[in-house]
Amino acid sequence: MIPAAFDYVRAEDVRTALTALADGGEDAKVLAGGQSLIPMLRLRLAAPTLLVDVGGVGELRGVRDDGDALVIGSMTTHDELMNDALVREHAPLVAQAAATVADRQVRHVGTFGGSLAHADPAGDLPGVTLALDATFSVMGPGGARDVPASEFFVDYLTTALRPDDLLISVRVPKLPGWRTHYEKFQQAAQAWAVVGVATAVRRSNGTVDEARVALTSMGSTPVRAHTVEAALAGAPATADALAEAAGRAADGTTPMSDGIASADYRSHLARVLTRRALEAATG
Amino acid sequence: MTVTEDRAGREVGRDRRRKEDARLITGRTMWTDNVSLPGMLHLAILRSPMSHARIDGIDASAARSMPGVVDVITGRDVADVQGSLPCAWTVTPDMAHPDHPPLAVDEVRFAGEPVAVVAARDHATALDALEAIEVAYEPLPAVMDIEDALADGSPLVHQSLGTNKSFTWAFDSAEEGTGGDAAAAIDAADVVVRRRYVQQRVIPAFMEPRSVVVDPTPDQITVWSSTQVPHFVRFFLAAVLGTPEHKIRVIAPDVGGGFGGKLQITAEEFISFLVAQRLRKPVKYTESRSEAMLSAHHGRDMIQDVDVAADRDGTVTALRVRLLANMGGYLRLLTPATPLLGRYMYNGIYKFPAHRFECTGVFTTTTPTDAYRGAGRPEATFAIERVMDDLAAELGMDPVELRRRNWIERDEFPFTTVTGLTYDSGDYAAATDKAMGLLGYDELRREQAERRAAGDRVQLGIGVSTYTEMCGLAPSRWLGSLGYAAGGWESAIVRMLPTGKVEVLTGTSPHGQGHETAWSQIVADQLGVPFEDIEVMHGDTRTSHKGLDTYGSRSLAVGGYALVEACKRVVEKARPMAAHLLECDPADLEFVDGSYRVKGTPGASKSITECALAIFAAHDLPDGVEPYLDADASYDPVDFSFPHGTHLCAAEVDTETGQVRLRSYVAVDDIGKVVNPLIVEGQVHGGVAQGIAQALFEEAIYDEDGNLMTGTFVEYTIPSSADLPDIVTDRTETPAPGHPLGAKGVGEAGTIASTPAVVNAVVDALRPYGVTDVRMPCTPERVWQAIRNGGGRP
Repeated sequence: MIPAAFDYVRAEDVRTALTALADGGEDAKVLAGGQSLIPMLRLRLAAPTLLVDVGGVGELRGVRDDGDALVIGSMTTHDELMNDALVREHAPLVAQAAATVADRQVRHVGTFGGSLAHADPAGDLPGVTLALDATFSVMGPGGARDVPASEFFVDYLTTALRPDDLLISVRVPKLPGWRTHYEKFQQAAQAWAVVGVATAVRRSNGTVDEARVALTSMGSTPVRAHTVEAALAGAPATADALAEAAGRAADGTTPMSDGIASADYRSHLARVLTRRALEAATG
Repeated sequence: MTVTEDRAGREVGRDRRRKEDARLITGRTMWTDNVSLPGMLHLAILRSPMSHARIDGIDASAARSMPGVVDVITGRDVADVQGSLPCAWTVTPDMAHPDHPPLAVDEVRFAGEPVAVVAARDHATALDALEAIEVAYEPLPAVMDIEDALADGSPLVHQSLGTNKSFTWAFDSAEEGTGGDAAAAIDAADVVVRRRYVQQRVIPAFMEPRSVVVDPTPDQITVWSSTQVPHFVRFFLAAVLGTPEHKIRVIAPDVGGGFGGKLQITAEEFISFLVAQRLRKPVKYTESRSEAMLSAHHGRDMIQDVDVAADRDGTVTALRVRLLANMGGYLRLLTPATPLLGRYMYNGIYKFPAHRFECTGVFTTTTPTDAYRGAGRPEATFAIERVMDDLAAELGMDPVELRRRNWIERDEFPFTTVTGLTYDSGDYAAATDKAMGLLGYDELRREQAERRAAGDRVQLGIGVSTYTEMCGLAPSRWLGSLGYAAGGWESAIVRMLPTGKVEVLTGTSPHGQGHETAWSQIVADQLGVPFEDIEVMHGDTRTSHKGLDTYGSRSLAVGGYALVEACKRVVEKARPMAAHLLECDPADLEFVDGSYRVKGTPGASKSITECALAIFAAHDLPDGVEPYLDADASYDPVDFSFPHGTHLCAAEVDTETGQVRLRSYVAVDDIGKVVNPLIVEGQVHGGVAQGIAQALFEEAIYDEDGNLMTGTFVEYTIPSSADLPDIVTDRTETPAPGHPLGAKGVGEAGTIASTPAVVNAVVDALRPYGVTDVRMPCTPERVWQAIRNGGGRP
């Protein structure tokens, strides 16, 4: 339970972090809150030669109101997401999902950006950013660039980030007039999601104008349930219509069978939880 | 009320916060891993990644040449001196008992088995060196399924045995003369319910990983170990490795939990001892959590085929049980005996007229199994309490009603059961009535009926578990007759110091139970001294040299008896001194409240502490009084004690997702007289939590090649408080006859009772869906699958 040897740089600011990452090459790794990386190091499942600790980089932390969106610093902790007034008002889905992450200790140390960059398909926040059409602000040796959530999650534990990139912040659009809900199913209170469903729904009168549904743990990345979304567009906001649409939640997904759950059961849960999430977001 | 009774109530029976806790929760502890000695080397163990393989060779040259590495030792290096890890219980004369070298020599038989050890100047270097050792393994077939393992032509775990069977042990009440012919009764019965229950493999998951430090430099080689059984460790190190017993001292310092998982003589202890002797330097080995999960012994893991026969009116006429128990790759300290510790308990609290029991132990290429909280009795209780519920459903009876019809009535004790055990006391109706009232049984049944009628998505189930258990291990004569290598007595030494303070040495070895507190309460009442004036010492063979340690809910039931006896002897020893000081006949003195009083002469008294000082000074000792005030006593129980109780559980089952939510849980336990209700409540809460964990959450899973798939707490789901219901605890109190405190054991009761209560609740909720069983753990997916298999609709 002792990691293999590595070099360690504690970055003072974004610039020094980027320089250190560039110098470190392929085997450098960013250390954010360490809630996923450190266990992997201790089990020697990962053996980077350099850790660049961005825990002391103040400019990466905090939430800012940017007009039609919130800009959330990558080093903002889950606990801060849960309790931040701006997040609670303009991105309640983020606050709700952050509150389901692991336990209190993890939420105080683990970070938004760390969770997204780690890209565990069972993580709660990746799917949320997908449902909210968030945009990831990334800085690399070549400068800054924006990556939409739909392009950020590439594969299991793999994102559009390159080894010398740093995730700076995430731009989360405010969704006035929308209602959101995160429905998480877990085997124990502190366990990973067996399946999670993040939904955002905009309705007028008795009709769903637009709905977004993102699924956690239904493939190697979080995925949008496009067939459900298509079925809901313009549909009546009735229990039957929601159930009908939710019945397609697993269509096109490739959930894993593992020690936690079979693919069959995950598909079943995706349908049930999508219906429940939609009911909560339209109720 | 007499003064004596008043005194007895002052400490015993009172909630006392534990003396131990301040030091434990502020980190001022002496765990084994905190022991640090000059020149100490750090060990790391290379473990087999394969479940079954021949070792063709080990190349440790690269590791040996790493800076900071002192030595790398393989099984071949110590093959002639390392002996075999002991199994203390020969359950049948023909039991197959293969050698278990601490470091594998030619073959590995479970993933995680030690194959080499690195000694280095620091821990990190030792771990790095593991990666530089090359082992050439020739894979052999994994043997994973206990039924397949018994089939002709199965690959063998131990080639030399010619079979994967270790033993078959059988009991038949007709043959023993304790009851009728079970097979005949089953053939003739109105109703027979046949069930197969599976006790999944679980991992004890004690909080403190195992750790051992060996210092070979003093005259007595000193071993610190995170163990439940320091006395056993000393005995077996001497007996197996040949170091004279008087040259070994074993210390169990603060130990962070065991649950049976540290009732073991471990490979790691042997390896550390051997390396320390070989290198003549102190060594420390502390396992990682992953190593604990992989290689510390596992629990349960058996298949139970249960047939119960009954008349139409619900009177049970016979019970037949066949067990297949997974031993793992080797026999450890109590591996073969663990499933058999339940052998006399499958009939539970009932008056069954005929019984047959058979258990076969089977080798597989998995981590050895052994004692885990309850050890055999949870499995027995599960089987009988599950099948009683299933029989009630078959007969269309209320499950409590069926139990009433069959259980032993209060006025029938002592009662000799169909297995030949004599239950001392109990009042099953009182405990059950109390539990039903606390749960609101009748109201919940009404709500259940409403939910069923309405086709509610969330169904309600009520689980019943009326248990008894045998604890207070154990009468030495009984243990001997069944092939156990040791006895079951316990001892205590009580010494009053010249200033009246008291030191207690107990042979029990607490690892979370709170003996320092409870023992102080007992001594305070017996000697009439303040609770704070008592120091309880344990777990060091140099000081508490007489003892058989802590397991099997024995410490109070057996060790507590010895403690009371030792106190009484101290009181008697000081009596002549008191009489001398008071110038009276010793027979004229009564001992009350810490003082000897002259009967009929108010005001004439001497406290025992005054006597202690006078004895110590020895200026004027009466004839025959020695100049110190101490005494020891031992106790060998004449029989087990039989706590019992009724646990009821209400579970809500989401029929869409299969998720189970425990809505309420009531535990009414009868454990006789209680020394410290707060500690008892803690034991019940922890025990119930652990039993719920088996019912709903935990399972050690291997893949078909023998790789443990649940090697971390991410995959091995241990529930937290957020997953558990509020537990309502209450007690009935039937004092244990013949025990000076009237106390029975409580350490395992919660675990024994709760697992069937929970599974019965889950199945009860789903009976309208055609569900008759859900395999443990009843995870949401298993429950969902059971509903689908049952037809999916009420």
